[in-house]
Amino acid sequence: MEHTAQMVPLNYYLFLSTFLFCIGVMGVLFRRNAIIILMCIELMLNSVNLLLVAFSSYNGNSDGQVFVFFIMVVAAAEVAVGLALLISIYRNIGSTDIDVLNKLKW
Amino acid sequence: MYSVLSLIVCFFTIAGHYVLLNAQFLAITHIIVYAGAIMVLFLFVVMLLNLNAETEMHKSGKLQIAATIAAGMLFVTLLASFRSTTFGTFSFPPPSDMGLVQHVGQRLFTDYLLPFEISSILFLSAMIGAVVLSKKERH
Repeated sequence: MEHTAQMVPLNYYLFLSTFLFCIGVMGVLFRRNAIIILMCIELMLNSVNLLLVAFSSYNGNSDGQVFVFFIMVVAAAEVAVGLALLISIYRNIGSTDIDVLNKLKW
Repeated sequence: MYSVLSLIVCFFTIAGHYVLLNAQFLAITHIIVYAGAIMVLFLFVVMLLNLNAETEMHKSGKLQIAATIAAGMLFVTLLASFRSTTFGTFSFPPPSDMGLVQHVGQRLFTDYLLPFEISSILFLSAMIGAVVLSKKERH
């Protein structure tokens, strides 16, 4: 296996997934549209998935890949329910702006 | 709209990283689930709600600066914590059949059988919940 000498160092994957996660956090804090916020949550979940796969691959242990599979399942369920809620909110209020939804705010 | 398409491109690059990391099964699953299902759902919702850039509301400038600073500080903090971490040595080369569907499937159906079945129930309940929530209410 001569190609293993060219494998990407694990630190690079750490930096990449940290960067993606921080972009997701910034998007959640930055925007007011609930669709964009859901997409940023997806981005954060994916950065963590990437890190899990990187660690499991470098460790030679496939537990991490199974966990990534379950994270994908949970993310898909979350998006389905979240978008259904968004459509229902849009029908009642007429916008997806999260600053309008302040009835539960103290 | 463009952000949804850009996110699809980002997910494809992440799938490419999975292939590089010998996780072929996860790469295919990632493309099918994200690019094929989730982002199509996002695109449909964006088109259904008829949102456009003119009606888009933005936060005030002060809050935007605060959000940028907060995310940047999180990035710097995590990088600083990584600098002071030492990793153990890893076995090279990593086994190349680890991410294939046979290996992952064996793990999934032996060690992780119960979580797998529970996740299928979670999927079913999420599907029913989505249908019930987005159905038109009758008055």
